[in-house]
Amino acid sequence: MGDSDASSRSKRAAARLCSICNQRQAALKRPKTLQQICKECFYIVFEDEIHKVIMDNNLFRRGERVAVAASGGKDSTVLAYVMSQLNRRHNYGLDLFLLSVDEGITGYRDDSLETVKRNEIEYGLPLKVVSYKDLYGWTMDEIVKAIGLKNNCTFCGVFRRQALDRGAALMKADKIVTGHNADDIAETVLLNILRGDIARLSRCTIITTGEDGPIPRCKPFKYTYEKEIVMYAYFKKLDYFSTECIYSPNAYRGFAREFIKDLERIRPRAILDIIRSGENFRIATSTKLPEQGTCERCGYISSQKLCKACMLLEGLNRGLPKLGIGRTRGNNDLKKQREHGNSVPKITDSNLQSKQCGSLDF
Amino acid sequence: MASCGSACDQSHCRRPDDSGGAEEDVPERFSASRDSDTSKTAGGGDLARCSKCGEEPKAGTHRVLNGMCASCFRSYLYGKFKLAVSTNAMISPTDKILVAFSGGPGSRVALQFVHEMQKKSLESWDASKSQSFPVFGVGVAFVDESISSVIPSPELDRIFKHIKLIVSSLVPGHKDLHIAPIEDVCSMGSDDGTTRLNKLLNSVSDATGKEDFLDHLCMLSLQKIALDNGYTKLVIGSCSSTIARHVISATVKGQGYSLPADVQYVDARWEVPVVLPLRDCLTDELSLLCQLDGLETLQLSKRPSSSNSINNLVSSFISRLQDDNPARERTIVRTAEKLKPFGFNKFVENKYHEFIPSRLRCKFQNTNNGGSDLAEVFCTFCMSPLSESELHDMHGKSQTLVDTFTAACCQSCSFQILPKESESLQHFLSFLPQSMTRKVADSTLEQSLLR
Repeated sequence: MGDSDASSRSKRAAARLCSICNQRQAALKRPKTLQQICKECFYIVFEDEIHKVIMDNNLFRRGERVAVAASGGKDSTVLAYVMSQLNRRHNYGLDLFLLSVDEGITGYRDDSLETVKRNEIEYGLPLKVVSYKDLYGWTMDEIVKAIGLKNNCTFCGVFRRQALDRGAALMKADKIVTGHNADDIAETVLLNILRGDIARLSRCTIITTGEDGPIPRCKPFKYTYEKEIVMYAYFKKLDYFSTECIYSPNAYRGFAREFIKDLERIRPRAILDIIRSGENFRIATSTKLPEQGTCERCGYISSQKLCKACMLLEGLNRGLPKLGIGRTRGNNDLKKQREHGNSVPKITDSNLQSKQCGSLDF
Repeated sequence: MASCGSACDQSHCRRPDDSGGAEEDVPERFSASRDSDTSKTAGGGDLARCSKCGEEPKAGTHRVLNGMCASCFRSYLYGKFKLAVSTNAMISPTDKILVAFSGGPGSRVALQFVHEMQKKSLESWDASKSQSFPVFGVGVAFVDESISSVIPSPELDRIFKHIKLIVSSLVPGHKDLHIAPIEDVCSMGSDDGTTRLNKLLNSVSDATGKEDFLDHLCMLSLQKIALDNGYTKLVIGSCSSTIARHVISATVKGQGYSLPADVQYVDARWEVPVVLPLRDCLTDELSLLCQLDGLETLQLSKRPSSSNSINNLVSSFISRLQDDNPARERTIVRTAEKLKPFGFNKFVENKYHEFIPSRLRCKFQNTNNGGSDLAEVFCTFCMSPLSESELHDMHGKSQTLVDTFTAACCQSCSFQILPKESESLQHFLSFLPQSMTRKVADSTLEQSLLR
């Protein structure tokens, strides 16, 4: 033991001080910036960045009644926690409540709903649950029994989106907030490029959508990294449910997700760069985009005569599970399918659209 | 959304506007593999005829793609080439075309097709009585990037000999061959380009930034060769596969604003305009053609492959997607096509007016570019048009040369190429090629005049 050891030890200790406050020990490396920071500073930067996003984008107005879409997962739990924190701290004057959707998936959703019920108590936010059974007459378990495991995510995603809107309308909400994070949005930008969906590509980076509709929805976590949300929930010991949906197949989104994880390892800021690219895309005026109208049956927003939810429901009720899935197929295509004997993996809409536990349509 | 109707760009619709979408490419792959089986069993069965010309395959040949025989496949690709060239007025009789040759299948096929086009023009010139229309000239350029990889010099000589052989075999129509090392653009006066370039490369710490910087220098080299030798157009062999990779890479680097500039048929930002006649073909198709016709390609490991390179990650990602669905590369390019191109993505001058078929002349009138009459400001390194926010940052900076320089730089190059510390930055800037720094001096003057 001597001076050299002591000085090297103190050097090492000094190297581990929080790079923001320079007082406390660094407890983690921040995924977004790779800074070594302490827990307290992490909470502060995390919450302040979200506050800035809310302010810069004018997400809310004073006195608004806001439904926090809550599934019990990490994103929505942290969302509920942070929203109530910021609402108090910065005096937004918002009337917050939790809105949860029960898809009727035994062994999964009933467990995560328990988490949301605990959140209701822990955060002091009233909870409203809307169920597929009440809204559509079908639970996901029943749907999967009827149509199998191939296109179930399409049904769930489309139904959930409408369910959130209907629940929010029932509760007289002015706005919905969802926990979509930066990783989600980056994945969606990539997916839309891969699929050629220019209409969605032009909309998916907008932070508040549906402003011309009944209930707009916004994403305060648009620039928040998924890894940081997980870290925040972990360090704050927030109560969330972390299991995958039991029906989720190998979704096409998985390709994009894996790519983004690899990308983050090489260059963390790439996730934000993808979002920036998405915001900067300018669509050629000659491109035809779908026109927005309303569904003939339920009056919901739709670019076709019937909205997707009505179409899918129609298919379910008539025992036509493929109604509304994929493109219209002529006889030619059926013949080709039979010739191949399905040896070539087909990418169907469900795979393209599937995302576990999250609504897809932005 | 069960019915597709006319607005086929909708979410659930995989079928693109034009025909030949996902469904058609899947059977192509499938019948290709089946063909090799049937050809092994002495070519029998129900797929015996070429789907285009209906001919029976001769013994020993096999169908290649979508049931086409070799000659139909060749004319299918050449047809795409010709269509691109004529609709975009890429080659006119008074042009002197420089074909950028990298050794890969794309540039090899581009060279071959340009040569064939020249050959045909020469033949009709020979045959015509008046001989009033001249035939365009063709040259070939090869940029030697051996500075960034370790290729022993006997190997390098062999490569050069090989290229000379390829070019000299393209007769009739003599083609000059220009081989230039990439460090030539960096040489200044008596200073050796190699040391300057090495100093530059050592200053760039980001692996992707290094690769992209070399790409930019490569383009500068090609431009230099073209300008020094009086060429009027630069042909590069980029195909849909290359462009798909660029679309995703650019998105990942935050270049969503400038992305449309790089994916069109024509890129007139440069002093010698760059054209992409093979833009609608796929690497797989071009490689196949090289195989069929015995067109020699060179497997040049241009740069050491880095695991930290975003470009490599994107490339393997797209290869995986393409294996999963052979229509993916085309779909990515099609998406990028729906983005608004820039004014310089078209030839708007009426220089070639008399050579354009009359039905296409209207395309090349001075069209209203929808308000994009403002001259774009370009990044010094990658020539990307700067977006509003990048320009905003630029005007906020001070007037010193260093600051003005780093300001005329897109956020991507600023992040991945420019060194962060001011000392290393100064050092870096001092070694930049003159062709880059000259542009800055000009724009500094412009800026001060505007104030």
